[in-house]
Amino acid sequence: MTGTGLTALAAQAPGTTALAAKAHGFLSPAGVEIAFLLVGLVTLGAALVTVTTKQLVHAALWLVVTLGGLAVEYLLLTAEFIAWVQVLIYVGSVVVLLLFGLMLTKAPIGRSPDADSGNRWPALGVAVAAAAALVWVVTDAFRATWIDLEGAAAAGEGSTKVTGEFLFRHWVLPFEALSVLLLAALVGAIVLSRRKTGEQR
Amino acid sequence: MTTTTTAVLVPLLPFLGAVAGLLLGRRAPGFVRPLAVLPTVAAAVLAVVVAWRQGGGTGQEAIDAAVELTPTGSVPIDLALHLDGFAVLVAVLVGVVASCVQLYSTAYLRDDPRYPSYAALVSLFTSAMLLVVYSGDLMVLLVGWEIMGICSYFLVGHYWETEAARAASLKAFLVTKLGDVPFLIGILALAADAGTFRINGILTAAVSGDLAHPTLIALLLLAGVAGKSAQFPLHTWLPDAMAGPTPVSALIHAATMVAAGVYFIARLLPVFAASAAALVVLAVMAAVTMVGSGLAALAQDDIKRVLAYSTVGQLGYMTGALAVGNRDAAVFHLITHGAFKALLFLGAGVIIHAAGTNSLAAMARTGGLAKRIPDACWTMTVALLALAAIPPFSGFFSKEAVLGAAEHAAAGDAHGIPGAAGWTVLAAGLLTALLTAAYAMRLWLLAFRGKGPEAADHGREPAAMNAVLWVLCVPALGLGLAAWKLPDWFDGRSLTPTLTTSVLGTGAALVGGLLSYAAWRRTAALAARTPMGAVAADPGASPAVSEEEAIATHEAVYGSIASAKDPADPGRLLLGPLHRHAAAGFHLDAVYDALFVRPVRGAARLAHFLDREVVDAYVRGASTAPGLLGAAVRKAQTGNVQTYLSALLAGSVVLAVAAVLVATGA
Amino acid sequence: MHLVYPAVLAALLFCTGLYGVLARRNAILVLMSVELMLNAVNLNLVAFDVWLRDELHAGQALTLFTIAIAAAEIGIGLAIVLLVYRNRGTADVDRLRDLAEDGQHTEPADREHQAEAAA
Repeated sequence: MTGTGLTALAAQAPGTTALAAKAHGFLSPAGVEIAFLLVGLVTLGAALVTVTTKQLVHAALWLVVTLGGLAVEYLLLTAEFIAWVQVLIYVGSVVVLLLFGLMLTKAPIGRSPDADSGNRWPALGVAVAAAAALVWVVTDAFRATWIDLEGAAAAGEGSTKVTGEFLFRHWVLPFEALSVLLLAALVGAIVLSRRKTGEQR
Repeated sequence: MTTTTTAVLVPLLPFLGAVAGLLLGRRAPGFVRPLAVLPTVAAAVLAVVVAWRQGGGTGQEAIDAAVELTPTGSVPIDLALHLDGFAVLVAVLVGVVASCVQLYSTAYLRDDPRYPSYAALVSLFTSAMLLVVYSGDLMVLLVGWEIMGICSYFLVGHYWETEAARAASLKAFLVTKLGDVPFLIGILALAADAGTFRINGILTAAVSGDLAHPTLIALLLLAGVAGKSAQFPLHTWLPDAMAGPTPVSALIHAATMVAAGVYFIARLLPVFAASAAALVVLAVMAAVTMVGSGLAALAQDDIKRVLAYSTVGQLGYMTGALAVGNRDAAVFHLITHGAFKALLFLGAGVIIHAAGTNSLAAMARTGGLAKRIPDACWTMTVALLALAAIPPFSGFFSKEAVLGAAEHAAAGDAHGIPGAAGWTVLAAGLLTALLTAAYAMRLWLLAFRGKGPEAADHGREPAAMNAVLWVLCVPALGLGLAAWKLPDWFDGRSLTPTLTTSVLGTGAALVGGLLSYAAWRRTAALAARTPMGAVAADPGASPAVSEEEAIATHEAVYGSIASAKDPADPGRLLLGPLHRHAAAGFHLDAVYDALFVRPVRGAARLAHFLDREVVDAYVRGASTAPGLLGAAVRKAQTGNVQTYLSALLAGSVVLAVAAVLVATGA
Repeated sequence: MHLVYPAVLAALLFCTGLYGVLARRNAILVLMSVELMLNAVNLNLVAFDVWLRDELHAGQALTLFTIAIAAAEIGIGLAIVLLVYRNRGTADVDRLRDLAEDGQHTEPADREHQAEAAA
């Protein structure tokens, strides 16, 4: 069947994890797995509220919860540096930016009955279908794959030190290119949001 | 210059004159008249020279010259000349009449803005006719034949502002074309049988009996001849063509173009003689044409239509002569008729101008016309006497030649000619002689012996017009004497009158004339009591203006284009109940209308319906289906980006699932 | 840890974001949903990076880049939304229908808003 085929494909890639898989079982979840699941449920719930709530400002706040939950998940996955970046940039600046946007576009505070467009039911259909397809494929493909979190944590792979090393050793050029892109975005945002000289009068 | 060169120049000069006239007409108006008259006159003089050099003496052989321009495949087409006695004499007639007409037109259409193109077309027409006359090759002859057709169309439609002229020009063109199609087929069949387009070769083949389908070919050719020479049943265009200017009627519809058909049969007589059936058909056609046109002429009110029907009848004499196998008599009558009929038409133009109307009924109520235009009166009298075949005028001799030939055939003395043809032509010819004299008398009496107030003064007739009348009067008067000389130019048969036919023919003519006179005496009193007629008066304008107005108003004033409701008309008394039918040309137009026009219109409507409702339905369907599809697709284009994105992602999901299923081999 | 946990969480988050993009009317909420989708991708990148123990740490590096690009995107996106709001008087995605044919779906209210904004 499809599942076995995909599993075989996925399982062949890292030989070490295939051995490690035998030591684990669904029925004996480790503490970190339980934590991941619970935080995941909170994150997903917050995300669902974000996209369904009728109060626009609340949506932004629920987004904070979602992004924060994701930061915790990163921590659980030993990606320490990324977790802090997530908190700093997303929760710190992006959400603030979004809230600013809501204010500037005079979004109504309180319940607005028309927060969802007429496209709601098709959107729901597409989303559910996509979710079903993705979940089916992903579970089928990786049902026998385990992450060696202890090894990763021991190697300190997500630490700031290691991150800084690989980032500035192997990824310097893309990093610099990205800085130019950010600069361009900055200039673009300024140009776009600036009122024209004629309008100022 | 050799005779051949001179002969080539004869058709070439008017052609060059026409081209120059068309090119220079607008830019140099001063050259138009010389360009119209001089080439035609020169051509006439050269035609006389050619005739002089070629003719005289029975021993003279025909002159033949041919140039092959380019190989055309199986049957070669040559630029060939064939100058025999018939050709050179007919060419002289064409040249002289055309010169007279051009001279006359300079005065008649004095102020006409379209005179340059008119003159050029007349020149072109003359050139085409001369080409037909001189040509030794059927294809070249056909070229001239068709050019004449198109020129005729343009010239008849010269007064295109009037409805009658437009209709007449179209009718002339279509009816002659109706004959020309079988004519073309006949020529091709003839060339296929004989293996050449050269007339000499064809005649040789016909005489030696090499033609495989003589009757079929002869009948096909007859259709074209009937169209061109206005023979029954394709004659209906000729009376209507009188809506053209009078000089055009004189040139085209009396002396030359209609003579082309007769001349053509005369040239190819051995082909027709090879088929007794064709000769009988020709004889019946001639007889019907003669008698019918005589009756119709007696009922017409428009002076030119009387002459037109008279032309049809006289052409009937010529075809009758050909039907009895005597082309000498036919061409003799063609030449004399060309002279006196041209004179009659040109005289009629003068009368119409002076009287300000073309209606005989109106003329009968106008006094003093004869005194007003003495030149026209005298020359017309001569021409009408010639037409009525009263000795010693030219018409008498040529008509007696025809009747003599018919009597000869009826007696069974002519070899290979059915006696029935002879009897038919003889009987019809005598009857027509009576009718001809009757309508000639009627025309003369109504035109020149009218009583009543004088017409408005149009001033003196132009000298050019009067001079031309007298020039043409000479052959109308004296050409009969050529009967003793002409056999030298022709096939050598005697053309002098015989006693029996002379007495019979002249007697019939006298009876006709007297009957007409008696009828006129009885009705003349009536004419004074019933006033009618409308008269146009344009003293300052050129004569053509009066004619155009007369043509345009005739139907409105008299209720019909052909006849008038005139109880004082002697023709009405003579014809009795037949008058109504004769005036309408024996309803042949109505028959054509029922036979051809209505079925064609019906077919056109059917085709229109099929095209609109059936063919177009598919076309519309083919366009509606994509249109509806497009409308449906357009409905999806709401402009809502989210909808678009939903569709895109739904499609992506489907594709992704499909891809996964395919990749895993499910 | 079982790889399916983060993978399924990422897939569900992604689809939640997808729903938000397709169903939300306010353009800023649409941008939030886009953030959700990007974060779902980030979670995937981190999880697979940890699983594969890649020498170059491509997953984590790309996550950082994605965060940076998301920041840029949100900046530009908000600027555009503000501009649209300023010109049209609304930030509702389903009322921005200039992609449709002329004469269709142009609500008079829109035009009035526009006139006001212009004035």
